[in-house]
Amino acid sequence: MTTEIPPPETKAVTIRALDVRKSYEQGAIAVLKGVDLEVRRGEVVALCGPSGCGKSTLLHLAGGLDEPDSGTIEVNGRTLDTRRSMVNFLRHEVGFVFQLHNLIPDLTMEENCLLPAVAAGSSRLEANERLLTLATRIGLEHRLRQRIHKLSGGERQRAAICRALMNRPSILLADEPTGALDERSSAAVFELLLELVRQEGATLLMATHDLTLASTCDRVVQMHDGKIHED
Amino acid sequence: MIFVRLILVNLLRHRIRTFISVAGIAFSVAAMLTVVTVLQGAIGMFSGILSSGAEMIVFERNVSDLFFSDVPSASATELATWPMVERADPVLFGVVSSADQPIVTCFGVTATDARIRDAEWIAGNPAEFGRDENSIALGERAATFLGATVGQQIPVGHGSFRVMGIVRTRNGFEDGGVFMPLGAARKFFHKEGASAVTIKLRDKSQAGAFKAAVQQRYPNLIALEDAEFSRSYSQFKILKATAWAVGGCGLALGGLGVANTMIMSVFTRIREIAILRVNGFSNAQIAATIFGEAALVSLAGAVAGLMIGIGALYALKGIPALHGYIDVTLHPALVGLVALLAVLTGVAGAVYPAAYAMRIRAVEALRFE
Repeated sequence: MTTEIPPPETKAVTIRALDVRKSYEQGAIAVLKGVDLEVRRGEVVALCGPSGCGKSTLLHLAGGLDEPDSGTIEVNGRTLDTRRSMVNFLRHEVGFVFQLHNLIPDLTMEENCLLPAVAAGSSRLEANERLLTLATRIGLEHRLRQRIHKLSGGERQRAAICRALMNRPSILLADEPTGALDERSSAAVFELLLELVRQEGATLLMATHDLTLASTCDRVVQMHDGKIHED
Repeated sequence: MIFVRLILVNLLRHRIRTFISVAGIAFSVAAMLTVVTVLQGAIGMFSGILSSGAEMIVFERNVSDLFFSDVPSASATELATWPMVERADPVLFGVVSSADQPIVTCFGVTATDARIRDAEWIAGNPAEFGRDENSIALGERAATFLGATVGQQIPVGHGSFRVMGIVRTRNGFEDGGVFMPLGAARKFFHKEGASAVTIKLRDKSQAGAFKAAVQQRYPNLIALEDAEFSRSYSQFKILKATAWAVGGCGLALGGLGVANTMIMSVFTRIREIAILRVNGFSNAQIAATIFGEAALVSLAGAVAGLMIGIGALYALKGIPALHGYIDVTLHPALVGLVALLAVLTGVAGAVYPAAYAMRIRAVEALRFE
C-alpha cells in the first residue's frame, strides 16, 4: 500500500501573514509595509531580498519573538499574540537557526542541544535519545562532549540545527543559516538542513541572500522594501 | 543538571568577579559572626558576674544601668532572712582608675560571696578577705597589668590599698577586676547599700513567688531571674542591637556586592539570555539561573565567612591581653542564622538583575547579529 503525498497547495497553511506591517523608532523606520504570505505544511520557502528588506523581521514575527504593528500572523491556525506568553509556542512549535550559531560557548554541544528539552521539561532519557538520533544524522555524534569553541564553523551551525529540531517543532525559521560559512561548508550545511527538515516533516521558512541555495527550495519569495514582490 | 551547568559556567567564566563577590559575602559573614559572638560572649560574662551561682537578681527599679542602682543594706539583710532564700549576696559595682589603667572594674562583696568563695586563689588566704577594710584581692589579669603582688600597697582611684590576695576566675571581667570588702567599697563609692543583691533560692520553682514578694515588700526594687534580666537589661539590648546592626551593615554591603556582580553578569550576557528565551526558557527559568548564581555565590561566601570568622574568634581568644574576654562559644542557631541571612541577602541582591533579565526581549538582543 502506498500513501500518496498531496502536493503542497493542498496541505494546510502553517504560517499565514495578513497585511503585516512593522516599523521601528516609533514609526520612523517602516520595515514591513503590508506583507501577505502563506506557507503550507512541509514547504521549504526561501525569503530572498536585499539587506534591510524585512526578511529577518518577518521571521521574528512568525516565530513570536516580536509583534506586528498591524495585521496578523497565524501559525498552525492560531493567531500569534505576543501579549500572552509565547513560551509554549517557542518550546514546541518553532525552532530557530540564526546566521551566527548562537550556541553558548562554555557549554558542550550536548548541553547546548539539550537546552530546548530542559526548557520544555522533557525527560532526560527521551531528550538524550532524540539528541543522539539528530547528532548521528548530522554526523556529530562523536562531538557531543566537545565545547563549542572546539567545533568548526560548519559543525557549530550543524549543532545549531540540531538544537533547533530538538523538540520536534513543526516550523523551522532560519535566518541566513549559512551566511557565516564558506561556500563549501555552506552547501553542505544547507543540504543537511533540507534533508533534516524533510525527514522531520517540518516547514522551513528561510531568509537568504544566496540565490543558488534558494533555487533548491520549494518556493522562493522575493522581498523588496518591506513588501513581497514575487512569489 | 544543565541548569546547574548554566549557573556554574557563568560564575567560572568571570572567576575574579565571582571571587570578589564571594569574598564580599565572606568578610561580611565573618564580621557578623565575630562581632555577635564576641558581644554575646561579653554579655554572657557580664551575666555571669551578676548571677555568680545565683538564680535571681534584685536591684533598683527603673535604673538605666546597674552602676546607678542602690539597694539599701537593710533590704539586703532582710532578704537573706526570707525562708525561701538560701543565700543573698549584696554586690556593689564601681569603676575606678589606676596608674596606667583608666578603667578598672571594682566589686564590693562580702567574704562569703560566691565570687570570693569559689575563686581559685593563686596567692593569699581567702579567709582573710574582709578582715581588713584596706585590703583588697585582685583578679589575676588585674594583678598582671597593675604589676601588683600580695602584700604590696597599690593606688586604686583616690585611695591606697594593700593586696591581700590574687584570684583566678573564668570570667574575663572579674579576672581584670578589684575585689573590695563591701564596707570598704561603700565608703569608697559613697554608697550606703549595694548595686544589686544576687539571690539563690532554696527551691527554683519559687522564683515567681519571690518576685511577687519583692514587689510587694519593696516597691522600689525589682527581682528578675537571670535569663529574664539578660533579656531586659537595656545595656545588653543596646549591645545586641549594635552587634546585629554592625553585622547587618556588613551583610548589606556584601549583598550590594552580589547585586553589582549579578547586574554585570546579566548585562554581559544579554545575548545569551536571549538565546535561552528563543529556546523556550520561561521568565521563571531565566530568573532561576540568576537567583541560582546569587545563591551559589552567597553560599560559598557564607561557608568561607564562617571559616574565617571562627578562625578569627580563636585567634582573638589566643591573644593574651584578651584572655577571658573572648568567649568562643559557637551556637549552632547563630551560625545557621548568619549563614541564612548571608544567602538571603545575596539572593535579595539578585532581585533587580533577575527582573532585568526577565525583561530582555530576544528580538532586540538578536536583531543585530
